[in-house]
Amino acid sequence: MARNKDGMVLLIDVSPSMHKALPEIEKVCSMLVEKKLIYNKYDEVGAVLFGTEDTENELTTEVGGYKHVVVLQNIKVVDGHLVETLQQLPRGTHEVLDAIIVGLDMLIKKYGETYKGKKRLCLITNAQFPTKFPQEGTKEEQVTTIAGHMNKHGMRMESIVVRGKLTGEADKNIMDENDHLLGIFSRKTCAKLVHVESPTSLLGALRTRKISPVTIFRGDLELSPKMKIKVWVYKKTSEEKFPTLKKYSEKAPPTDRFATHEVKVDFEYKSVEDPSKVVPPDQRIKGYRYGPQVIPISSAEWDAVKFKPEKSVKLLGFSDAKNIMRHYYMKDVNIFIPEPGNTRAILAVSALARAMKDMNKVAIMRCVWRQGQGNVVVGVLTPNVSDNDNIPDSFYFNVLPFAEDVREFQFPSFSNFPESWQPSEQQQEAADGLVKMLDLAPPGKEEALLPSLTPNPVLERFYRHLELKSRQPDAVVPPLDETLRTITEPDKELISQNKSIIDVFHSRFELKENPKLKKSSRRFLRDKPSGSKEGEDHLSITDGPNKVEKIGDTTPVQDFEAMISRRDSPKWVGKAIKDMKNKIHDLVEDSYEGDNYSKALECLIALRKGCILEQEPKEFNDFLCNLCKFCEEKALGSFCGFLASKELTLIPKREAIDSEVTDDEAKSFLVKSEPKLEAMIE
Amino acid sequence: MEMEIDPDDLFRDDDDDADNELFQGRESTKDLVVYLVDASPKMFSTTCPSGDDKDETHFHVAVSCIAQSLKTQIINHAYDEVAICFFNTREKWNLQDLNGVYVFNVAEQEYLDRPTARLIKEIDSVEESFMSKIGSQYGIVSGSRENSLYNALWVAQALLRKGSSKTAEKRVLLFTNEDNPFGNITGVIKTDMMRTTLQRARDAQDLGISIELLPLSRPDSDFNVSTFYSDLLGLKSDDLARFMPAAGKKLEDMKDQLRKKMFKKRLVRKITFSIANGLSIQLNSYALIRPTLPGAITWLDSVTNRPLKAERSFICADTGALVQESAKRFQPYKSENIKFSVEELSEIKRFSAGHLRLLGFKPLNCLKEFHNLRPSTFVFPTDEELIGSTSIFIALHRSMLRLNRFAVAFYGSSSRPQLVALVAQLHTGSNDAPPHANDDQIRKAAALIKRFDLKDFSVFQFANPALQRHYAVLQALALEEEEIPETQDETVPDEEGMSRPTFVSALEEFKLSVYGDNCDEENAVGNGKESETSKKRKAVADNAVKECANYDWGGLADNGKLKDMTVTQLKYYLTANNLPLAGKKEALISRILTHLGK
Repeated sequence: MARNKDGMVLLIDVSPSMHKALPEIEKVCSMLVEKKLIYNKYDEVGAVLFGTEDTENELTTEVGGYKHVVVLQNIKVVDGHLVETLQQLPRGTHEVLDAIIVGLDMLIKKYGETYKGKKRLCLITNAQFPTKFPQEGTKEEQVTTIAGHMNKHGMRMESIVVRGKLTGEADKNIMDENDHLLGIFSRKTCAKLVHVESPTSLLGALRTRKISPVTIFRGDLELSPKMKIKVWVYKKTSEEKFPTLKKYSEKAPPTDRFATHEVKVDFEYKSVEDPSKVVPPDQRIKGYRYGPQVIPISSAEWDAVKFKPEKSVKLLGFSDAKNIMRHYYMKDVNIFIPEPGNTRAILAVSALARAMKDMNKVAIMRCVWRQGQGNVVVGVLTPNVSDNDNIPDSFYFNVLPFAEDVREFQFPSFSNFPESWQPSEQQQEAADGLVKMLDLAPPGKEEALLPSLTPNPVLERFYRHLELKSRQPDAVVPPLDETLRTITEPDKELISQNKSIIDVFHSRFELKENPKLKKSSRRFLRDKPSGSKEGEDHLSITDGPNKVEKIGDTTPVQDFEAMISRRDSPKWVGKAIKDMKNKIHDLVEDSYEGDNYSKALECLIALRKGCILEQEPKEFNDFLCNLCKFCEEKALGSFCGFLASKELTLIPKREAIDSEVTDDEAKSFLVKSEPKLEAMIE
Repeated sequence: MEMEIDPDDLFRDDDDDADNELFQGRESTKDLVVYLVDASPKMFSTTCPSGDDKDETHFHVAVSCIAQSLKTQIINHAYDEVAICFFNTREKWNLQDLNGVYVFNVAEQEYLDRPTARLIKEIDSVEESFMSKIGSQYGIVSGSRENSLYNALWVAQALLRKGSSKTAEKRVLLFTNEDNPFGNITGVIKTDMMRTTLQRARDAQDLGISIELLPLSRPDSDFNVSTFYSDLLGLKSDDLARFMPAAGKKLEDMKDQLRKKMFKKRLVRKITFSIANGLSIQLNSYALIRPTLPGAITWLDSVTNRPLKAERSFICADTGALVQESAKRFQPYKSENIKFSVEELSEIKRFSAGHLRLLGFKPLNCLKEFHNLRPSTFVFPTDEELIGSTSIFIALHRSMLRLNRFAVAFYGSSSRPQLVALVAQLHTGSNDAPPHANDDQIRKAAALIKRFDLKDFSVFQFANPALQRHYAVLQALALEEEEIPETQDETVPDEEGMSRPTFVSALEEFKLSVYGDNCDEENAVGNGKESETSKKRKAVADNAVKECANYDWGGLADNGKLKDMTVTQLKYYLTANNLPLAGKKEALISRILTHLGK
């Protein structure tokens, strides 16, 4: 593990002007150590405070000077104790800025020149107070000398400069001078300099998780077979995942100190037909779904036929940037840099990138990063023209979807929406005001929630809780602190500053709950007698807009139609059919010299239609058969003749697929003799 | 119009589970679709110009769209069930035995069934035998009471009887180029037929079947929806305007329009968008772009080809005892195991009650090219529950467009609102300023870019070659075909275009301007400076060759002395002979023996 062991010294300014920022600094520094305890537990960390009352460092004893600088922790392997130490930084009393040399000295003494691991200094300060003049030369020369030392020892420096509302008033000249001096570090060495103005960005400013950049691809970017550019491809953006926690087993006795408590997962493949039969791995074959079929293919067969692209990165052509919509981007982002040190590659990339930027073009690429990759990646290169002379031009690479990945749903254009939905001029004005005023990147100020400086609140919360639980196993999940809350909720200050604008927005738009909702889950049904307050126009029910619950004497057909189309419960269809049958039966039975026949016929026609619609042909056919039988028995045969004359038939298969009656049978039924009829009923 | 959810790393996307649901098309969300295709002579006589001078008939357009959609369905929504039904046909084939309607069907399949390889293959080639087997003939003519459209709707409705409308979306997609199907007849018969047809459509709609029209328009005249179909579809005047297909457009546009209509929008979820001080509106989210993956693997018994059931069991690593799926998780920390309950973990991930919370707005240029982690999610307002949502959304949308801003919000997704971006920071490693291209070089690059422009590039241009291959193989095996058809990789560069003289000269000029005269030696010369690692590697190899020569390898092998040597010594031989260095000592020895031919 020694090779991966990194050394780091935190240089923390605890002077009085920093006191406001210290709570966040405590959090970010302890987070750094917490993550190291999980992911890089052999790394070594030291901590130096400056601006303290006391003085305690080796240089002051060796050469004098370096007052008010305290080595809080010598460089050592990270441990829980260090987390706690960093969570309670002492508040200092003096304003000095002399700690870099102390940290440098610690790293040099600890590791010497030959140490392989990475060495890093991390300076957190507001750089508001003047540095001392060196005994010889200028301040700049001194800084240049220090930078030279750092380069010689392969050290990196990260400076986090706290500004804005996190610190008090300060002399601008001094700040500018210090910024200039720190700038020398970032120009002369592998140094990073960030300015932070809010607690949130302070939390995100220090990379708490070490990721070493790894190339995805090194080789030729082929413009054509005749011209190639040597490039390296790295990941530019990738997600820091929530840690995967292992399952915990409680089976081991609590006395067993060496128990791993791990849970292993075992898979057994069993025959579906015979679950007692376990199929060994060599008797399994992969099956791929294709529609309802599952097609078995062995790995060897599959390897022989599958798509096998050659490793290469090829240009397909250029396109107008507007053809590539932002939302096409599929994945995290890569960066293409010209091969370091290769002047021709740097020039070629630079020329292309600048021309593309001028012409507003992007390049479409086909990439196979490594041999044996299962598929090609089609993506887009966008130019990244460097505004820093020290950094060569490069390209960002975003993966584009294939035709299969795009689902084209149609959405109506807002301009086609009804007039009532279109915002009025006043409303639009209110919206403009809101968009303008809830500004997260006001000119001249730090952009709030800058992605590269914003920590993931979920991870912050997890690691903090983890640390808490290591000391207090029954601790409950604490609520988000104020700083993290500004990532998940609007900034209270911003909201209160713009209260009047929000109130105007509020008052100009009307929002109300849809009263029609929940009345019926089947909204697509039209003509439903919903009985809603608006008194929807549904069929012509004479009883008024109330729900029809029985079939009355006056308008049985309408009542039936209303009831059978009620969708608030499935029972209505059955009830409507049953009630209608009873009604018809009564009509026929009570008929005197056929005075009810025509009314019964109307009802029968309605019933027939309803039964076809509801796919209940048997209900009608059986009923009609029984009705006719009943009429024969009760000497009401004239009714059957009446129906035959009106060409009322059974429901044949042609009209409702469930029917077991053919066209001919349906037509001839009323004319035909009894036996046939009975056979059919059975 | 749309508002893209900003895939800023603060801004979580929907979770994978929701995606998977989309891919797997669960029972509850399946579609039952009847493709109803007009096969009248007019569908065959009307053509639209396609790109390569060949005209395509409307019938061909419809059938190829269906074939395309089936291919997508079999991959993405394999549980959907489809039927293809032609009307205005000479022959009839349907359960009700109605004239002029022909339900297309393949062996061993029900009329309405899940799409299979065979169905796709047969519909792909249906045109070859269409005239002889099915035939094209107007079904609505004067002097007859036949109504083929009525019959077709009836057949479609009967086909869709299967399944409850609670668990399935039932749809009829009607392809036709005739906006006035009853134009040939007049008088009472016409009004009567129109009335009964509309009634039939309404009855179908009452049963929960949605009828959608996919009109094919002619170059010379618009398809007029209001002549007849607006009544059939129940379009209101508002909808009418946006329904009108644009006439006279290119074939590709028409295919595009058809394709967009063929798939039902599938909602991912409903989102509450809190704007400020308790003001919230409702949005629906859709996944418009998601990677399509080859389907999941099903393990089969290689003897019987019957599917196997995977059974998972949890075993305590310490005691070997079988355990229930444990509700506890742990994270080793400070040489201790810190235990978490599942509830605790979800508590950690719980934010803003699953709402999408507006934090503010930023100028668009704050959103960099590299601020992207996952595919985007499309959100669209809905007034379904909160009336006024759309209006507010439109207003904000307009303001953002006008002011060139995007919104930043936090999405407290209930699943894992995971992870923040970590940037792999690059360092140039040298203090000399790298060169930047000069104006001439940029000009040459610009000339090259002009020569190499992909006109009208669209992301729909490339089919996924691995996926195409995957399904071509499956299709061939499913149909038990002898040969696996070649699939075309559309993503290879246009070699032909690159050999055009204008392109070659632009390239040569650019090359000369950035690489200089001896540009062809680029590869041989390298960059002049060998990298540290390759230098080191070379030194190790040289050393190995030298060391290797000190031993009599053949002799050592013969006497069985190789095992007495150290691994370092063995590696001299391997390095000098360019053999792999991996493995245990025994593996190294056997590799040397093999190489020596012993």
